[in-house]
Amino acid sequence: MSLDTILASAASIAAIFSALMVIWQRNAVISALFLVLNLGSVAVLFLTLGGEFLAAVQVIVYAGAIMVLFLFVITLLNPAPLKERFASGPVMTGLTFALGVLFVAALMRGIMSLAGAGGVMASVGEEYGSARSIGELLFTAYLYPFELAGVLLMVAMVGAVVLARRQTAGED
Amino acid sequence: MPLVAYIGLSAILFVIGVMGVLLKRNALTIFMSIELMLNAVNVALAAFARHHGGLDGQIFVFFVMTVAAAEAAVGLAIFIAIFRLKKTTDVTEINLMRW
Repeated sequence: MSLDTILASAASIAAIFSALMVIWQRNAVISALFLVLNLGSVAVLFLTLGGEFLAAVQVIVYAGAIMVLFLFVITLLNPAPLKERFASGPVMTGLTFALGVLFVAALMRGIMSLAGAGGVMASVGEEYGSARSIGELLFTAYLYPFELAGVLLMVAMVGAVVLARRQTAGED
Repeated sequence: MPLVAYIGLSAILFVIGVMGVLLKRNALTIFMSIELMLNAVNVALAAFARHHGGLDGQIFVFFVMTVAAAEAAVGLAIFIAIFRLKKTTDVTEINLMRW
């Protein structure tokens, strides 16, 4: 077993464990911290897939910016931890978990057929997934989507400010 | 790890996210489950990109992250607005539009 495989397997186990803990915890803050662990292990998976730039962006933007926003809103609203772990009773919860396992099994059946169709990774050069190669693609072939993403972020920013704005004295 | 392992992992993470959305009652945790699902898809995209030896899949992951950031900002702002009105983030309590 190569170092890559060991690293990827460890990251996969961490990712699945932390994802399960996100939905198992009652307290939203602990859920958010497990989600940070999940995003971190996915960043490691990106590294094993040759996406060094993606791994960096994942840690900076996702685990950094988005999760800080999440934790900020959780502490701002400070909702009391709910007594029940899940929204419905144990029967419905068990049924949902069973359906989930069944769905994974069905997906796996389809995925396994990929293995026969040559599920081998292509060999790639040293430059694969570096900031330089990603940047070159972003500013040539994907220039319009890139600019549109900028517009989208702008709209989201204005929308968030308007939505979270405190009502003025007259309207309240 | 072979391609199949990455795609399988992606499927498992996605289904965990779906179960979180279906089962949880705290709106913030439901939102985190949506982030889980988006991340699961990102793993699949990066794995397929590596499988084909191209970078287009990784560019797509980049755009998914952009949309996730925008979505998180707007969604959390909506939760703040709802919390101001109803003093709760429990989705079973927020039933103004239910008939």
